[in-house]
Amino acid sequence: MEDLLFWSSVLLYAAFVLYFISTVLFAATIKDKRHEKKFTKLHLLALSTTIIGFLTQLSYFITRWIASGHAPVSNMFEFVTFFSMMLVLAFVILYFIYRIEMLGLFALPVTLVIIGYASVFPQEISPLVPSLKSHWLYIHVTTVALGEAILAVSFVAGIIYLIKQISQERLTGRNFLLEVIIYSIFSAIGFAVISWGFTLADYSATFELEVDEQQVEMEYTLPAIIGPYNGTLITENKMDGIIPAPEWLHGVEASKKLNTLVWSLLVGLVLYGITLLILKKRVAKAIQPLLNKANPELLDEVCYRAVAIGFPVFTLGGLIFAAIWAQEAWNRYWGWDPKEVWALITWFFYAIFLHLRLTRGWHGEKSAWLAVVGFAIIMFNLIVVNLVLAGLHSYA
Amino acid sequence: MNVIKCEACGYENSSGTAICNNCGKPLDKDNNTNLLNMRYDGRAIRSKTRNTSIVDKIWNFFSSIKVGVSLIAIALIASAIGTIFPQSPYIPSTVEPAVHYRDQYGIFGQIYYQLGFHELYSSWWYMILIALIGISIFIVSLDRGIPLYKALKNQNPKRHINFLKRQKLFGYYSQYSPKDYDTLKANLKKHRYKIYEKDGHILAEKGRFSRWGPYVNHTGLIIFLIGTLLHFVPYMYVDEFIWVREGETEIIPGTGQKYYVENQDFIFETYGDDEEDAKFSEMLERQGTVVAKHYETKAIIYKDTSEGVIGSEPTLEEVTRGSAIVNEPIKFDGFALYQSKYQLNEFQSMSFKLHETDDPEEQSLLEFTVDFADPERVYTFDNGFKIEINKYYPDYVLDDDGTPRSQTNYPRNPAFVFFVYPPGEEEPEVSFIGIRQNLDPSQSNQYRIGLTGIDVRDVSGLNLKKDLTLPVLGLGAFIFMIGVIQGMYWQHRRIWIHPENGTLYIASHTNKNWFGMNKEVEKIMQNTNFEMLEDQENKVTKDK
Repeated sequence: MEDLLFWSSVLLYAAFVLYFISTVLFAATIKDKRHEKKFTKLHLLALSTTIIGFLTQLSYFITRWIASGHAPVSNMFEFVTFFSMMLVLAFVILYFIYRIEMLGLFALPVTLVIIGYASVFPQEISPLVPSLKSHWLYIHVTTVALGEAILAVSFVAGIIYLIKQISQERLTGRNFLLEVIIYSIFSAIGFAVISWGFTLADYSATFELEVDEQQVEMEYTLPAIIGPYNGTLITENKMDGIIPAPEWLHGVEASKKLNTLVWSLLVGLVLYGITLLILKKRVAKAIQPLLNKANPELLDEVCYRAVAIGFPVFTLGGLIFAAIWAQEAWNRYWGWDPKEVWALITWFFYAIFLHLRLTRGWHGEKSAWLAVVGFAIIMFNLIVVNLVLAGLHSYA
Repeated sequence: MNVIKCEACGYENSSGTAICNNCGKPLDKDNNTNLLNMRYDGRAIRSKTRNTSIVDKIWNFFSSIKVGVSLIAIALIASAIGTIFPQSPYIPSTVEPAVHYRDQYGIFGQIYYQLGFHELYSSWWYMILIALIGISIFIVSLDRGIPLYKALKNQNPKRHINFLKRQKLFGYYSQYSPKDYDTLKANLKKHRYKIYEKDGHILAEKGRFSRWGPYVNHTGLIIFLIGTLLHFVPYMYVDEFIWVREGETEIIPGTGQKYYVENQDFIFETYGDDEEDAKFSEMLERQGTVVAKHYETKAIIYKDTSEGVIGSEPTLEEVTRGSAIVNEPIKFDGFALYQSKYQLNEFQSMSFKLHETDDPEEQSLLEFTVDFADPERVYTFDNGFKIEINKYYPDYVLDDDGTPRSQTNYPRNPAFVFFVYPPGEEEPEVSFIGIRQNLDPSQSNQYRIGLTGIDVRDVSGLNLKKDLTLPVLGLGAFIFMIGVIQGMYWQHRRIWIHPENGTLYIASHTNKNWFGMNKEVEKIMQNTNFEMLEDQENKVTKDK
């Protein structure tokens, strides 16, 4: 059993490496100016590496399932890795329809960032509490992940569209926003880098503080930029909080979460700054020339089509299957738990997207911006709702 | 009402029509070369033609997509606000909400509470918002759906030449052979197009049903919303909670005194007991808490079949027996009994004995048991002793000022003041006995009461549900899914072929997925001398 678990994580690493290689290969197909509009051997290689990567990750999924005895979609690490796998699947499906290499060049790095993000959470297999013991766990969670992944492809198409179409001649509000989006991706990388770095260094500082008239201890695994409100450091030779968390920030470990956020944003800023120094121009401006060949009309079509395909899948998994299971487990099909509400918000949002598509003037750039916002909502539900707004779904 | 007479065919169209309902001639200016707006095939829609009476104004308000989208956007923002702090069902039930929000979340929490956001989703305004969305869905479906249905039902295969010229994909061919025309027709059939012909003009169509998708899914949503309203209808929805102790039989509330449940046994397992749980040891160790693995209530459901007077003894007949497990309720006669909560090891009874205070052997003079469900006040014994329970504190605490009291009525920390009457004595000796406490206030008692045993049992918290709205909700959700799939995963594609003066005009339209339409037209043109149709939208933008 231990062996199986070991091989399972090896397979995940292998998939990660394969996705990285595919990214490079897809980049090469775009650089390749000799064979325009042709499916060359290079394309085949890029595509097959991606598919092999997907199959490797699928093997990770299956071996882990066998090892733990339940589908590995029950905690943050497992769900986020599964989501990344579905993102690759969604990309492959849309690649087969539209043959846009650019999509791979953006979707695969996003996948890499997501796997990196997942790996920060505890990776040991965990037992299922009684309410999770249901076939609906697999059905609900896998369908949601697939639906959200297809919707995420619309974000990928949208961001390519924006980088291609928005004039980069001078700094405008719109391309500033674009840089903000790119910066937030850097911050996600920053989060993974910093968490891994200090985990490997085995950093730990304990604070003592008073909560509800009781002395409690809080362990920081990152140096405390934001210390707990009214906390005292009790571990020796560790950094004390530079700024205490504001008093109104309540909730369990709120200051720790804020500290992690600040760290991620700072490291993201450093990474982004380095990239700027290397490129000597805005990141989007540097990418734009690579997108010469991209057909904006087709990208707009993909952006919309991904929503059209993903919306029914998401509705089925995120609302209908979710409601059936909630009825089985908690005997109410809907309970206004934050995760449920944010699934509803996601659904509202994409319903708006689809309706606006019927209105003139909402194609192209506006549509692409909406796709970006939609993805932000999905990520909010995945990250903020789980880690900040605690509820029934706050595993991990 | 105004009519617009078509200049080409003389057909009288109702005002607001953009494309002649008979011959398809665009009814705007002749020299207009912009692409045609193909929404509802140019039919007049009610909301765009009438705007005089108050009914019209209301109708027009709700049938606007902008209004619908705005309502959804408001609902979206409101829903998000509801997640800033936990809703009232998710806060501890022991604290007053007003206090909880203020203490936990400070001034923002207080404002949140004052504005009623702690019960946002059941607030009148949120419900009105959802109802408005429902009305909007209903009206917009009638407003657009009916004209669209009429337009697609009666399509004239022979369309005016200007109709074709102003489609997105368009081409014309002055030199063509009858063979090409036939191949084209055969190819269309091969691609599963339905062919309608009139005087050599062809309308090839497929996937028309996908146009009904939005109206089908809207119907589903309306059914679903009606289902949620049915919640408020009596007898449609029952939600009751009951604690049942092991071995006890209780009336199930919400069933009209008809059903009883007996808790035979409550089973509770945690992770780490089994060898096969070894794989989780790492996680269990890190968390350091007990993780529940399984719990269930073995229960028997009875029905009272006595038709007797109120207050008479019930006649219980077994209906079913089974286990209520999380995710697997016991179902009987339209009700479902869910395993919801539990309380382990509640005190059931305490046993005592009496011995002489200075007897080192503590030899028992008498023994008695106090049952917490039904404690007796006085216990008399054959050897002349009498013991009286003077005070009983089920959940004993000592107040700040030193007076004993009971926090709750549940036997969680029972304590007693006993009066012991030795044979023939009128004055009792007083003893105070609780868990790990045995006090003699007078310090001179001859007899001492000793605790010999405690019996505990588990309590199951069961939840009774009946929800007759579920089939309605399920039906609504099902219809919604059908509609959304039919609308999203198929497209309505049409190709018109128009021979005129030796030239063949071809145009095509799809309601979505132009990429797929282009590819299909390319395939249909194969083995003919026709060139690919031109995308006039691109041409227009390029010309600009």
